[in-house]
Amino acid sequence: MKLTLNVWRQKNANSPGHFETYETPDDINPDMSFLEMLDVVNQNLILDGNEPITFDHDCREGICGACGMVVNGEPHGPQRAATTCQLHMRKFKDGDELWIEPWRAAGFPVLKDLMVDRTAFDRIVSAGGYISVRTGSAPDANEIPIGKETADRAMDAAACIGCGACVAACPNASAMLFTAAKVRHLNMLPQGRPEKDRRVMRMVAQMDAEGFGGCTNHLECEAACPKEISTDFIAEMNRDFVQAMVRSRQPVTKPG
Amino acid sequence: MATLDGKCPTNGPIEKRWEKHRFDMKLVNPANKRKYKVLMVGTGLAGASAAATMGELGYNVTCFCYQDSPRRAHSIAAQGGINAAKNYQNDGDSVYRLFYDTVKGGDYRSRESNVHRLAEISVNIIDQAAAQGVPFAREYGGLLANRSFGGAQVSRTFYARGQTGQQLLLGAYSALERQIDAGKVEMKTRHEMMELIVVDGRARGIVTRNLITGQVESHLGDCVVIATGGYGNVFYLSTNAMGCNGTAAWRSHRKGAFFANPCYTQIHPTCIPVKGNYQSKLTLMSESLRNDGRVWVPKSADDVAKAAGDIAEEDRDYYLERRYPAFGNLVPRDVASRAAKQVCDDGRGVGATGLGVYLDFADAIERLGKKAVSDRYGNLFDMYQHITDENPYEVPMRIFPAVHYTMGGLWVDYNLMSNLEGLFVLGEANFSDHGANRLGASALMQGLADGYFVAPYTVGNYLARVQPLSVTKDLDRDSAEVKEARREVKGRLKRLLEVDGKKTVDDFHRELGKLCWEHCGMARNESGLEKAIGEIAALREEFWDNVRVPGSNDSVNPELEKASRVSDFLELGELMCRDALERRESCGGHFREESATEEGEAKRDDENFAHVAAWEFTGENQVPIRHKEALEFEYVKLSQRSYK
Amino acid sequence: MATQTLSLPDTTIGKKVMMAVSGVVLFGFLIGHMAGNLQVFLGHKPYNEYAKFLHDNAALIWGARTVLLMSVAVHIVAAVQLIKANREARPVRYKMKKSIASTYASKTMKLSGPLILAYIIYHLAHFTFGVTAGLGYEHLPRDAEGLPDVYYNVVQSFQIPWLVALYAIAQVLLGLHLYHGAWSVLQSLGINHRRYNLQMRGAASAIALAIVAGFLAVPFGVLFGLVDPAG
Ligand SMILES: Cc1cc2nc3c(=O)[nH]c(=O)nc-3n(C[C@H](O)[C@H](O)[C@H](O)COP(=O)(O)OP(=O)(O)OC[C@H]3O[C@@H](n4cnc5c(N)ncnc54)[C@H](O)[C@@H]3O)c2cc1C
Ligand code: HEM
Ligand code: HEM
Ligand code: SF4
Ligand code: F3S
Ligand code: FES
Repeated sequence: MKLTLNVWRQKNANSPGHFETYETPDDINPDMSFLEMLDVVNQNLILDGNEPITFDHDCREGICGACGMVVNGEPHGPQRAATTCQLHMRKFKDGDELWIEPWRAAGFPVLKDLMVDRTAFDRIVSAGGYISVRTGSAPDANEIPIGKETADRAMDAAACIGCGACVAACPNASAMLFTAAKVRHLNMLPQGRPEKDRRVMRMVAQMDAEGFGGCTNHLECEAACPKEISTDFIAEMNRDFVQAMVRSRQPVTKPG
Repeated sequence: MATLDGKCPTNGPIEKRWEKHRFDMKLVNPANKRKYKVLMVGTGLAGASAAATMGELGYNVTCFCYQDSPRRAHSIAAQGGINAAKNYQNDGDSVYRLFYDTVKGGDYRSRESNVHRLAEISVNIIDQAAAQGVPFAREYGGLLANRSFGGAQVSRTFYARGQTGQQLLLGAYSALERQIDAGKVEMKTRHEMMELIVVDGRARGIVTRNLITGQVESHLGDCVVIATGGYGNVFYLSTNAMGCNGTAAWRSHRKGAFFANPCYTQIHPTCIPVKGNYQSKLTLMSESLRNDGRVWVPKSADDVAKAAGDIAEEDRDYYLERRYPAFGNLVPRDVASRAAKQVCDDGRGVGATGLGVYLDFADAIERLGKKAVSDRYGNLFDMYQHITDENPYEVPMRIFPAVHYTMGGLWVDYNLMSNLEGLFVLGEANFSDHGANRLGASALMQGLADGYFVAPYTVGNYLARVQPLSVTKDLDRDSAEVKEARREVKGRLKRLLEVDGKKTVDDFHRELGKLCWEHCGMARNESGLEKAIGEIAALREEFWDNVRVPGSNDSVNPELEKASRVSDFLELGELMCRDALERRESCGGHFREESATEEGEAKRDDENFAHVAAWEFTGENQVPIRHKEALEFEYVKLSQRSYK
Repeated sequence: MATQTLSLPDTTIGKKVMMAVSGVVLFGFLIGHMAGNLQVFLGHKPYNEYAKFLHDNAALIWGARTVLLMSVAVHIVAAVQLIKANREARPVRYKMKKSIASTYASKTMKLSGPLILAYIIYHLAHFTFGVTAGLGYEHLPRDAEGLPDVYYNVVQSFQIPWLVALYAIAQVLLGLHLYHGAWSVLQSLGINHRRYNLQMRGAASAIALAIVAGFLAVPFGVLFGLVDPAG
């Protein structure tokens, strides 16, 4: 098969971008992954003396969270519950025209072409997405029993791969789903309780400081999320947050 | 050939040695710790856990990774689980048994003291991870669940759904982010280590390339810790991530660090077969599939083109069950992989490329029902269907072995320090604990053992012996060695960009991979290896003559990153073949056709090869020197592995 | 930079909470108002007596008005701030963007809200202040018995089809706003339980629908002659 690609090209964070149109070779195999299709296009660009299309990727099996682009208006493309690297060309038809764009959000400045800067997510985690336990100081792992249901649900939240598709999909470019997944994974576990309030306050404050929008409950994030993280976690984080702001005697400072 | 000393403690009973050693090690005065700077390269399980722990102890740590976030290190992809001798199942497991299984599983090519320490520490890892909030699978009573993995006779594998590596890494990453917030660790993402700085025989710093700006920078400190993972990508196609590379290890090797056992590579039997030339990587499916799936190919090469369902039961060859009646489909990875290769070499491989064997669940579905099978393997079946567009509930899966793990790596002593003073190596990047074959679920264990529980002590022991740079100030960015290292890196990058040839980096990488896979893959022989060594050298020459790297060095340039990595693989690949050539025995993942039993099984040669081969770099296109470290076995009795 | 303590209204979640709380107050008012309006079906006297009861109760009515006004203010201020922040969060728009899960209601909140505000202003001018009487209907402050003649005002206004249409459109907009708003409140305040989420969301939508239906009953009831003009 053969497709027409309109790809966002942007030299760096400071220059404006634009779309460029490319024709793929006509032997695109339906079994290829979307990124492998881009590899083929890139090989030809290189041999023709052009700069290949830059995009982030690493594991190519849907777990590292590095890849991600908006394909025809959908983050990670039309396949549900999959990352871009897990998208296969058989999802498209011969002759299709595709629009390929980077995640667009103030919190994720474009670095080049389809590659964006997602370090804001790391800073959100750094603000409280951990349990303070010194190496070697942990009690025996079976000392704190955790019901299977709680453990499973914590795992549901912890499955987030930090890809940023939630932000890309959200009409407000809100990072609530990511932050909620992180907060709730730890807040619902007994180990995470002691730091619950501080964690949610600091992480939410950092999320806002990064320039992401607020949540107005559109649920697009959940639909785009390759790990199908539930927006229930957003509700739960909202509750944790309000409780913390109301009852905590140790207010947190606003990040700069 | 000189003899190397692993500095393993040999006094007293093995279960007391690590404790004794820990006591004997020097401590850095708490007030002085902040004067030391540790350069940590890598944020996988090994690097992230070590950086977090050392930051917590009070050292200043600067940490590097090539991804945009430390959380994306390839440890994230591990599915199956992590071993620990907790004996929570009361099924007779113990530290000693885990130790014993690991030495045996490694085909008696690892150090007893190291492995015993690993087994001891395994229990602390689970405690640590659980306390960090890693959502391990639980039983209804709230206690941790276990499963048996990779043919182990006890259930000692802890897991978090099919995402154990991810969850453990997120645990280590969260600890790392906590130290970043505390100001103890400075994180440099999208920084690739390109060179090691050695001054007077001591590792003192590294040179990195900033992958966004292209800037070549030097970083100086009191020691360098390499935790950059394995070099499986030398094969081009592997289950590693696209960016996994051997550069940090290789550059250290070129600066004097010995490279140990490069030929020990692990080939995993249950991967999704290659589809076409465009393929960029291979996907692993958990080997738990072999618990219920039956592996077969047609008896006759004439039947390979037929649909699986059209091949009658009596025309199928369940070759693992036939050859290994005792273990059947559950033989260890190396055995299963090799057997698959043999039937495909016979012309009986299935699928369009002829490189595949069936993994059939029809019997399991009949015996257990579709529901039970889907409960056990549903997500794996989905993944398979997703990638191949075939429904494994209806047609048998097709699988083929793929490169998965590298047991070889930089040589380290018991303290995880290489032969270069101040250069430590952790995780998959070192060679230490798995011998010639790694057991399932023990790489995660080793990475975290190294990072949380070994390196923080042993690195401290080293630092206690040296004056911190912040005090001596004997080195800065303008020192000759530092300038030279930066100049060398810049020169290399410039050279890569200037070739402006006719073939892309991927073209070369693919060719290299093919050579390695054919001659240094699942079965190796003398003439093949010799041929490969020559061809790799020729390919390397062609690379520097004819590669095309577009763009420039002053911005994001993934092709330049790849080119630099492939240029190192082109050297490493040759060393791998050379090591395979010199090791004239079969052991673990290394199968020399010349060293086989009459039935075609691997045959070790303990008399001549019960040693570690550690290679010393002697110059570009020069033959390296092979050093030996003798392996002694006090506790485990050497025997020929048999799965009949 | 001086460090500042984080306070609820600084945060996006805090703003949503304020909107939700004020929204609940407005919801409460709407339910009461809707129920009150339905008394028009009881006839002239009971309806006007109800109006008198309200008008005579200064403490009640001014108390309620204060709370309402404050809620509207909080709701609008928070909405404006949030809309601004959300707009800035995506400086470069997508060339192509598909909606998968969001609803028409959720996407038009920023539109339905201000339109409702415009409606309220008109509505106050219409019934409470009686200043739009020139538009084809009258405004009678008192009936024969000296009661406020709200009944008359309602009944004769809603004989006019365009006015009914205007009210109907407003109620549909309100319905959209409430449909998303009702379950949004649950989400924003974290009133959430996995087992009952579906039911709770169903109930929220049902309340929103009931309010709209209740409101619509009056103008259409009058228009179709279900309410006796003489009472
Ligand atoms: C698909 C798959 C499944 C697996 N499943 C299991 C399992 O179930 N159980 C098990 O025990 N093991 C498993 N393994 C093996 C195990 O995951 C790895 O061996 C282990 O995670 C390696 O950890 P590491 O910390 O050494 O390296 P990695 O996690 O690979 O981390 C390497 C780090 O080094 C950085 N880096 C690399 N090169 C450079 C450079 N030049 N400059 C700067 N930074 C650099 C990277 O950015 C990264 O942060 C699996 C492996 C794979 C591939
Ligand atoms: C009778 C009047 C009103 C009622 C009962 C009402 C109710 C609500 C409720 C319950 C919400 C959901 C809050 C949450 O997410 O938790 C909401 C959201 C919203 N309201 Fe109102 N509102 C009213 C009037 C207005 C007005 C006058 C405006 C305009 C300025 C407005 C603008 C908004 C906006 C923009 C939202 C969007 C937030 C979102 O999408 O969730 N509303 N409203
Ligand atoms: C079709 C439906 C409606 C009818 C028939 C109706 C009717 C009335 C009438 C008759 C009054 C005057 C009461 C009096 O002066 O005693 C009134 C007041 C009012 N109405 Fe409505 N109304 C309707 C819908 C709404 C809606 C949807 C809103 C808000 C969004 C609203 C908000 C108000 C307010 C704020 C007042 C003033 C209350 C006060 O005096 O403080 N109404 N309405
Ligand atoms: S919540 Fe989902 S979409 Fe968002 S970062 Fe995590 S995995 Fe990606
Ligand atoms: S799409 Fe956006 S508005 Fe909220 S529910 Fe998801 S973050
Ligand atoms: S490349 Fe890792 S998730 Fe796609």
